[in-house]
Amino acid sequence: MEALISFLAAAIVAGTPLLFATIGEIITERSGNLNLGVEGMMLMGAVMGFMVGMMTGNAALALLAAMIAGAFGALIFAFLTITLRANQVVSGLTLTIFGTGFSNFIGQPLVGQIAPEGIRLFFRPYTIPVLGNIPVIGPILFRQDAFVYLGYAASILLGIYLYKTSKGLNLRAVGENPGSADAVGINVNLYKYVHTLLGGALCGLGGAYLSLVYVPAWQEGVTAGRGWIAVALVIFATWNPYKALFGAFLFGGLDIIGFRMQGLGINVSQYFIDMLPYLVTIVVLVVVSMKKSKENAPPKGLGNAYFREER
Amino acid sequence: MKKTISLLLVLVLVFAVMLTGCGAKATPAAAPTETPKAEAIKVGFIYVGSANDGGYSQAHDEGRKYLQEQLGDKVETIIRESVPESSEVEKVINDMIDQGAKVIFSTSFGFMDFTEKAAKAHPDVKFYHCSGFKSGENFNNYFGAMEQARYLAGIVAGLKTETNKLGYVAAFEIPEVVRGINAFTLGAQSVNKEITVQVNWTHTWYDPAKEKEAAKALLDAGCDVLAQHQDTTATQQAAEEKGVWAIGYDLDTRDSAPKAYLTAPLWHWGKYYAAEVQNIIDGNWKQVNYYGDLKDGLIELAPLTANAPEGAQAAVDKAKASIIDGSLNVFAGPIKDQTGAVKVAEGSAMTFEEMMSVNWFVQGVEGKIK
Repeated sequence: MEALISFLAAAIVAGTPLLFATIGEIITERSGNLNLGVEGMMLMGAVMGFMVGMMTGNAALALLAAMIAGAFGALIFAFLTITLRANQVVSGLTLTIFGTGFSNFIGQPLVGQIAPEGIRLFFRPYTIPVLGNIPVIGPILFRQDAFVYLGYAASILLGIYLYKTSKGLNLRAVGENPGSADAVGINVNLYKYVHTLLGGALCGLGGAYLSLVYVPAWQEGVTAGRGWIAVALVIFATWNPYKALFGAFLFGGLDIIGFRMQGLGINVSQYFIDMLPYLVTIVVLVVVSMKKSKENAPPKGLGNAYFREER
Repeated sequence: MKKTISLLLVLVLVFAVMLTGCGAKATPAAAPTETPKAEAIKVGFIYVGSANDGGYSQAHDEGRKYLQEQLGDKVETIIRESVPESSEVEKVINDMIDQGAKVIFSTSFGFMDFTEKAAKAHPDVKFYHCSGFKSGENFNNYFGAMEQARYLAGIVAGLKTETNKLGYVAAFEIPEVVRGINAFTLGAQSVNKEITVQVNWTHTWYDPAKEKEAAKALLDAGCDVLAQHQDTTATQQAAEEKGVWAIGYDLDTRDSAPKAYLTAPLWHWGKYYAAEVQNIIDGNWKQVNYYGDLKDGLIELAPLTANAPEGAQAAVDKAKASIIDGSLNVFAGPIKDQTGAVKVAEGSAMTFEEMMSVNWFVQGVEGKIK
């Protein structure tokens, strides 16, 4: 039992960088923009967050820098695809290449350095009173670091925003059918810009969790492909922030379960386990497309540039 | 029309990014501190990671700096970092030779075949490849008996542990890693018969997040001293956070986990580099493959920190002296494998070939190979 609890608690930690990147990409795709630059934006956030953290020792400034860096990456993408109406897939892939190079370049003098004491203390696990003492659930969910709590809050707030506010409704309209949204007076380009940037900022935070809390040190390519898992997770969560919360922790668990199984002497190939997140995503895709439910379908306008003249 | 223009802009950006990306990597961090004289011999070093990765490649780069220091203006070194283990290696070598390099040290296992090819194409250049098994007329390989330092690290861990469970975060199921785990286990068992060593495979040399997860799983299973065959300090970080102990690798990283760090088996490539380049300058180059050991000072166990248990230094010094004078062979029998079958009989020891191809764990290791 204790082993199971410690495994699930570790799964939450492993899932947190995925969670930020996934809800960031959800909010971006809800506006009809398919930004495949998640990995790049995560790396930009990771390196800038780490650098500012090293310079100031201040956790809030480090997080702010990570968000700005991620949003800056998203701004490049937004300018290319919204204003210039460039191909979204190509632009997103470009952003990943750019973000990787950018982080290696900026991070070169930082390689191998450890996050400063102040930041590591700020992000040490903190037990929430009352909630943290609930048996089983408490130690898994409520004895984590502040960043994890921020992740819970961000996904719930995004869910409320998306499904319970008029702005959220507008956003969904923009993603489904920008032509109709434009016709009822929604500023399509503004919505696309704001939410793509917001998504980038969240991806930046996901990267910063890796470099500032999880590792916590700067190493080249610290995300190691997690941005791509997040892109798969968006599909897994069917563009729903609440499901993303569950999905991210499930994928986090899949990421680390191999090590626990090795310890128990269960002989399953690590390579098979590495494959699982993608396999699960394919299964979800198949199930979702067979059910043909509108709720689980991707935003209709996803991947297309919006031309008012071609409405 | 607009579509065409925007597509064009994207393409331009793609190329610009690719070029700057390559540019950043291609910048040779050449570090000739003083202007070299005309007769300085040019030596190229190729690393798989960055020169300050805090691990394997940095250990080689420290060796390069030592070479530069020792030979002064007789030598000029150039480096190339983060070279993928692909045909890119050949390009890098050709580029270095174009720059006038007469000696090439290629330092990662996966560079081997490409280095061999380049060696055949450039008979006037001397090639060195680290950790492989190929060699040729102008091509030496070199490596070292890291198992000796791992054995000493095992002694420290065996004296330190309270749970009698040691953890080992390991990269790949290859003989080099297996040999290290066996030596570590035998070292620990030499001071504490009850020891078991639990192994977790990560299947990566370099993924700090994954390494840390593997370490955390070992800690949750009750291990209280962790060792690693990985290139980052993530394992030590995990131990530090849990309040237990860790043994590093490659470099002395005592400052990155001050409360957990006990010691680390280290590489000192510098002496070998300096001696070989001096030989080339003197015209005494020979085709000799090199397998250095504790006696040569190629490998070492880092000085123990205050976290190390009492009496550990004395035990390590004693074992080290016996290894150096030849009275202690790390892989001398009797050695049993995990099933209890005797693999190395009493009175004999593993041969060099057996060591280089070992694919079984000694008794006391918990974990599987493949």
